[in-house]
Amino acid sequence: MCMNCMKIHLRFFASVRETLELGSETIDVPEQLNSVGSVRQFLIERGGVWATALGEQRALRMAYNQQMANADTHIADGGEIAFFPPVTGG
Amino acid sequence: MTIRVQSEDFDLAHEIAALRLSNPKIGAVVSFLGTVRDMNDGASVSEMELEHYPGMTEKALEEIVLQAQARWEVVDALVIHRVGPLKPLDQIVLVAVASAHRGEAFAACEFIIDYLKTQAPFWKKEQTPQGARWVDARVADDVAMNKWNDNKMGKA
Repeated sequence: MCMNCMKIHLRFFASVRETLELGSETIDVPEQLNSVGSVRQFLIERGGVWATALGEQRALRMAYNQQMANADTHIADGGEIAFFPPVTGG
Repeated sequence: MTIRVQSEDFDLAHEIAALRLSNPKIGAVVSFLGTVRDMNDGASVSEMELEHYPGMTEKALEEIVLQAQARWEVVDALVIHRVGPLKPLDQIVLVAVASAHRGEAFAACEFIIDYLKTQAPFWKKEQTPQGARWVDARVADDVAMNKWNDNKMGKA
């Protein structure tokens, strides 16, 4: 546990979920990581499959609190960030 | 407005009848039905799996219909999208729009399916003779959505 941390819920879908072999996770991140993009970078730094699934080379879409988001979208304690490939419904 | 995300199939005639039920303000109903093809990107498809983001999916579809209602005179609209395992010939998606006149209904229906294709969190995974693969997003779908911003279609 860290003193100045925010609890952030993570969701992963489709090929991102398969690469990570993980559908969801809740993490504590330092308060200064206050955007969707900074959390993405934080996860990439875990290395291995994280760098593969979330790296810059990958066409990736992000959502914050279930709305489409971009790297600059501001986040807050208790928020939910989702990472997924471009959508292919319809 | 009715939004449904479901694994069960649906009956087109029944859904259209329900949309128009007892509403004499409606003079036109346009529907789009999307179905599973047996061929995609040069490979035969025996089955597909549709994944989605429960919670966000419904909100995204509702937001798309609200945008359509802001641009055209829509009396009522219905979106049904199936998830889970599907086979060639299966129905995947239904968009139906009811309005007083056909122009609004045609435009709003096309707008909703164009936005759904690029904004609603669904993903298709196909089974092909070479194994399972995630379907790639199409540039043509982005082009179809962007045309609604490039000109003055609708009242926006």
